[in-house]
Amino acid sequence: MLFSVLNPHRERLWHFHGGIHLPDEKALSNAGASVAAPLPTQLVVPLQQHIGAPSQACVGVGDQVKKGQVLAKPQGYVSAPVHAPSSGTVVAVEPRQVPHPSGLSAPCVVIATDGDDVWGELPAPLPDFAQQDPAELRERIRLSGIVGMGGASFPSSVKLNPGPDQPIETLIINGAECEPYITCDDLLMRERAADIVDGIRVMLHILGTQRCLVGIEDNKPEALAAMREAAQQANEQDGAAGRIKVMEIPTLYPSGGEKQLIKILTGKEVPSHGIPAQIGIVCQNVGTACAVADAVLRGRPLIERYVTVTGRGVGKPQNYRVRIGTPAADLVAASGGYTGALEKLVVGGPMMGFRIDSDAVPITKAANCLLALTPGESPDPGEPQPCIRCGRCAEVCPANLLPQQLYWHARAKDLDKVQDYNLFDCIECGCCAVVCPSHIPLVQYYRFAKTESWAREREKRAAEHARERHAAKEARLERLEREKKAKMRKKKEAVAPKGGKDDDKQAAIKAARERAAAKKREAPEAAAQKEAPEQNAAEAGAAAGAETPKVAAPDGKPPGAQANAKTQAKAAEQQGAQGAVPKPVPDDGSRAVDEAKAAGAETLGAGPDERPGEGSDDAKQPSAASSTEQERPRASAGRG
Amino acid sequence: MQARAGFISSPHAARVNSVDWVMLQVCLALVPGTLALVWFFGWGVLINMALAVVFAVVAEALVMKVRGRPALPAIADYSAVVTALLFALTIPPTLPWWLTLLGILFAIVIVKQLYGGIGYNPFNPAMAGYVFLLISYPVATTTWLPPDVPALLAAQDLVTLSFMDSARLIFTGALPAEHTWDAVSAATPLDEMRTLLDQGMTMDEIRASSPLWGLFGGRGWEWVAFWFLLGGLYMLWRKVITWQIPVAFLAGLMLAAAVFWLLDPQSYPAPMLHLVSGAAVLGAFFIATDPVSACTTKRGQLVYGFLIGVTIYVIRTWGGYPDAVAFSVLLLNIAAPMIDHYTQPRVFGQKRSA
Ligand code: SF4
Ligand code: SF4
Repeated sequence: MLFSVLNPHRERLWHFHGGIHLPDEKALSNAGASVAAPLPTQLVVPLQQHIGAPSQACVGVGDQVKKGQVLAKPQGYVSAPVHAPSSGTVVAVEPRQVPHPSGLSAPCVVIATDGDDVWGELPAPLPDFAQQDPAELRERIRLSGIVGMGGASFPSSVKLNPGPDQPIETLIINGAECEPYITCDDLLMRERAADIVDGIRVMLHILGTQRCLVGIEDNKPEALAAMREAAQQANEQDGAAGRIKVMEIPTLYPSGGEKQLIKILTGKEVPSHGIPAQIGIVCQNVGTACAVADAVLRGRPLIERYVTVTGRGVGKPQNYRVRIGTPAADLVAASGGYTGALEKLVVGGPMMGFRIDSDAVPITKAANCLLALTPGESPDPGEPQPCIRCGRCAEVCPANLLPQQLYWHARAKDLDKVQDYNLFDCIECGCCAVVCPSHIPLVQYYRFAKTESWAREREKRAAEHARERHAAKEARLERLEREKKAKMRKKKEAVAPKGGKDDDKQAAIKAARERAAAKKREAPEAAAQKEAPEQNAAEAGAAAGAETPKVAAPDGKPPGAQANAKTQAKAAEQQGAQGAVPKPVPDDGSRAVDEAKAAGAETLGAGPDERPGEGSDDAKQPSAASSTEQERPRASAGRG
Repeated sequence: MQARAGFISSPHAARVNSVDWVMLQVCLALVPGTLALVWFFGWGVLINMALAVVFAVVAEALVMKVRGRPALPAIADYSAVVTALLFALTIPPTLPWWLTLLGILFAIVIVKQLYGGIGYNPFNPAMAGYVFLLISYPVATTTWLPPDVPALLAAQDLVTLSFMDSARLIFTGALPAEHTWDAVSAATPLDEMRTLLDQGMTMDEIRASSPLWGLFGGRGWEWVAFWFLLGGLYMLWRKVITWQIPVAFLAGLMLAAAVFWLLDPQSYPAPMLHLVSGAAVLGAFFIATDPVSACTTKRGQLVYGFLIGVTIYVIRTWGGYPDAVAFSVLLLNIAAPMIDHYTQPRVFGQKRSA
């Protein structure tokens, strides 16, 4: 309010509850221009880099591929194709370790690059996009493999198709980049502002919308200036003053969370469990906008992205333009290698990113940052102490939850209570955990509770299904019995015909009833199917980088330890299955082995399943080799 | 990069806060008020604090041992120290050492540890310890010293105690031979006021009756309150506490006082007098804000603080005790979970009515 009085040219901004100021550490990596990362000798391209159904490989070992050629085709509506980031030969199509919190492997196409880097055949550029049918443009975006590049990786074409019953008033472009350390969007906006704005124009056309707000935190003055200029030029060119507005927003974590940014810029709140389209808003990341421009105006699929390689654990933090599939290790090497003291390697930011155990994993479409943290930057928080109910967590929670109550009930595994306290509105931003004086790994508890809740939901559904199947079987048996009797009666009646009319009627009623029952049986399945994309959308709606990691029961122990032990136990067990002597597992390993045995497939299967539509094929075949062999190179890579 | 056992979930950023830091800030914030207390009421205050801290830390360590848990982390969070300090600041500077021991044992062993240790105690341990003594040994816990204000001492023929005298009194219960209890002790201003009001004196007469009264309230006491207030502001600044509880607490007390004072200023003391003459300021900033036993929702904290203030006024005016911070805090501790339940914040994206 005050702002609009003092500064009438400034649009009004709103606040969200909580949030925290963190040392932004962006100066580490945003000084120089971005550089093209060296083309690696091998590209490891995961088939699933999006939320939704995994795509199907359409190349085989030995195939020659050109840059931009489709490697895998989307399966279903919520899915995305994958393209060859450079030319070369396919040398393997197999599970490889991918950057995912579960640490599991997933199918990848491995390309030995030939260094020529020649483009294959590309679809025609569509510079006259304003004359094109939105559906056509959406299809172009879909076939270009574009997914949310802020970290959520939800297929963009789906987001750009809210349906006729959800008219979109505002397109919001997320350039907030609120996480510390990350500067790839900053550099992208400085260097490719015009392309981003072109992408915005395309998306405005697709959505049939005349209003776009670009939110950028005020700690990025150069990006702000570049974007303002580009937006103004575009508006003049289109003869639509003020159509695209660049808004400077105060730096406060997590203002780049989708729901938070929407609140800041429009004052509207995305309904709990809802998606932005319900309030007439579509939100896309600046990187996505740029990719849209490339796809529509140049016909180029998404094969490259800006990646920040930073943290004091690498020699020379910097931003790169990286081909998808480039191993993280290559980027670290390009950045001067490890400085020696490495606490952990993280994909994403320090607040919401996830730790990876191996730098062999490739960069994916959603990987905005590779963060090498030293012990000084990411100190071990130590043993958690009891909650002292100080309420600091509630003060900073952007979802306005009561994290201490959530923690309390999550610890007690009271799944109904955690949902009463709105567990599913938690965006896992980590604010609560950072300010907690007792150093309780709060987010870990929430993930655990979410995973458990999903599992319970699945069980419930399965039980229902079984019950219905049982009922159907009973009905069928009954019907057969009846038919038998009816036949016998008919035979008798053939001898002495009388009163057949009633029976006929009853049979008709029964048949109708059975039809209805059968329909009912199908219904839950249909509902479940419908739910999947919805859940996806909700997940994409969570702030950038939302993830479903492998979650261990915290059980009063540092949860990580147990989770790790579980992984190790898993590996040990697999080795055991191969006849090898199981590796001695440190700490509570023996218990973990038991647990892993007890949990068995559940531990393995649960990971991908939780994330709707995630490579469930892979879950059935996480080969022992991939998880044990890769542990070793890991060990050396980190110390190097 | 060996998979290190430990913390794997985000956030990976450094924690910006810790329990021991918070508790140390509280200790630091207590310094000005403590110095003022020592200034006006002598060395007994310091001796009590030292004793209480030692007792509390030893008690905490022993209990942890008995519970089969490591003692060091429990001591290293300084929560026992803060409990001990707050307890020592509420008891009279003459309290025999074994009563201090008893109070601390009750606070630490029964109220804190039997409920599960830090974070689980529904009651404020320091106040529970104090109330336990107040009920069991009402005389010893209400015998106060006169503030070291020369005019007052001269007018009423009182003396102050030296360090050695204080120590002897605390450890042996013996006064120096040349002094009598009458010469060294005095009622607290609130106590005095209650007695005189009950005798039918008006406020004007009471305030004129003795040099015990200063500008707003009891001499010396008002300065103690002032310095505790300063400490409280420091904690607000360091974000160790939030404003809701102290502000609502003082508002509740002052508002209740103001209503009756406006009705009849001769039988009801002015709000300022209530504010500065007892443990109100200490209570508002340091005691009611104890996170473990207070409300955690913001609106709940407003209700909680306000009700404590009002309850203090009610007990001070019509109850059986001259001061009532401890009772009121404990009473509202009981109500805190219920208040929390009815004051949950509206979750982002949910309808206001929810
Ligand atoms: S910040 Fe930590 S200690 Fe404080 S209430 Fe929240 S969970 Fe408990
Ligand atoms: S992680 Fe969840 S509970 Fe914690 S502050 Fe963020 S939204 Fe709130």
